[in-house]
Amino acid sequence: MTRTAQGLDTAVGEIRALREEFWQNVTVPGSGDDLNQNLEKAGRVADFFELAELMCIDARERNESCGGHFREESQTAEGEALRDDEHYSYVAAWGYRGTGEPPELTKELLEFHNLHPSQRSYK
Amino acid sequence: MEFTLKIWRQKSHNEKGEFISYPMDNVSPEMSMLECLDVLNETLMVRGEEPVAFDHDCREGICGSCGFVINGVAHGPERATIVCQLTMRHFRSGEELIIEPWRAEAFPLIKDLIVDRRSFDRIIEAGGYISVSTAQAPDGNAILVGKDAADQAMDAAVCIGCGACVAACPNGSSALFTGAKIAHLGILPQGKPERDGRALHMVAQMNAELFGNCTNIGECTGVCPKGISLEVIAIMNRDYLHASWKRREALEATIPPALERNTHRT
Ligand code: SF4
Ligand code: FES
Repeated sequence: MTRTAQGLDTAVGEIRALREEFWQNVTVPGSGDDLNQNLEKAGRVADFFELAELMCIDARERNESCGGHFREESQTAEGEALRDDEHYSYVAAWGYRGTGEPPELTKELLEFHNLHPSQRSYK
Repeated sequence: MEFTLKIWRQKSHNEKGEFISYPMDNVSPEMSMLECLDVLNETLMVRGEEPVAFDHDCREGICGSCGFVINGVAHGPERATIVCQLTMRHFRSGEELIIEPWRAEAFPLIKDLIVDRRSFDRIIEAGGYISVSTAQAPDGNAILVGKDAADQAMDAAVCIGCGACVAACPNGSSALFTGAKIAHLGILPQGKPERDGRALHMVAQMNAELFGNCTNIGECTGVCPKGISLEVIAIMNRDYLHASWKRREALEATIPPALERNTHRT
């Protein structure tokens, strides 16, 4: 599976449209006054829309290939994943800032003292 | 296949319930009973009606979430089969299936086919565990367990806590469940140090809940989806008797005062 900036932008747009449609058209039978399994399920779907969008935003922001995240723009001449340690040596933690607001990025820097990352090779 | 599902609908514990009939056609014989309810629920939702609430999780017979009575038999007509594993081909097309929740004092109804089985959790809390210091995983061969004991413990350990035994018992007794837990742990060397206390505490908790007493009817083992045998009740009684003999002072300390009926309901 590979990702591109353009593909991720499209995905974010589609997820937002789907989420909007969900909130406009969702039907939840029953009420909130007694046990309602469908309300539970609807809540989970709503959460997954947010999570799905965030995953795309995160993948879009990381303009390098790393681990399972392969960005087509970032590969070696031989088609292997190409990291960009200078710019992306951090773990991204995203903070929720409210519906419709872009999430806030907090970077947890990765510092390597003894062993330093190098190009992975399966050859 | 075609069926009429006559299902118990009840909004909450305090409201009155009733049977409502739902005709269904085009039921695949390969569907499980739960999938049949899923299909029914889809049609109910499209019609703007409230779907039937029922418990389920793994849908592969290992979690013990699912369960209801079909035509008077807990988990339906197939022996050693739980409703999520019960396929519709076991019924005759055109049949009416009467579906109702577990009915037992100790399992108050929550909604439709869902009942509150926390009384089981409290029995487990009372002693369904072993106490060990956690650290590195012990060597697998450090404690040898004979094949007979391992088999016997495993036969009891397969109880998934579904509650069918209680629902099937005319006394609403949980002896098969509690016996399975006591037997499973007491037979193994790891469970032996706490064997006496376990029997005393778990039986005391079982008595404190709104379960009835066991009178050796055996319906429980007949409906048990895991085929737990009545032997576990004998093991429980033996362990309990033995422990009460040895630890009379503990016995007095462990039996909580008889609960007022319904006190632990919310
Ligand atoms: S003993 Fe059988 S019927 Fe009773 S809770 Fe365990 S698995 Fe269910
Ligand atoms: S859903 Fe888990 S045992 Fe039936």
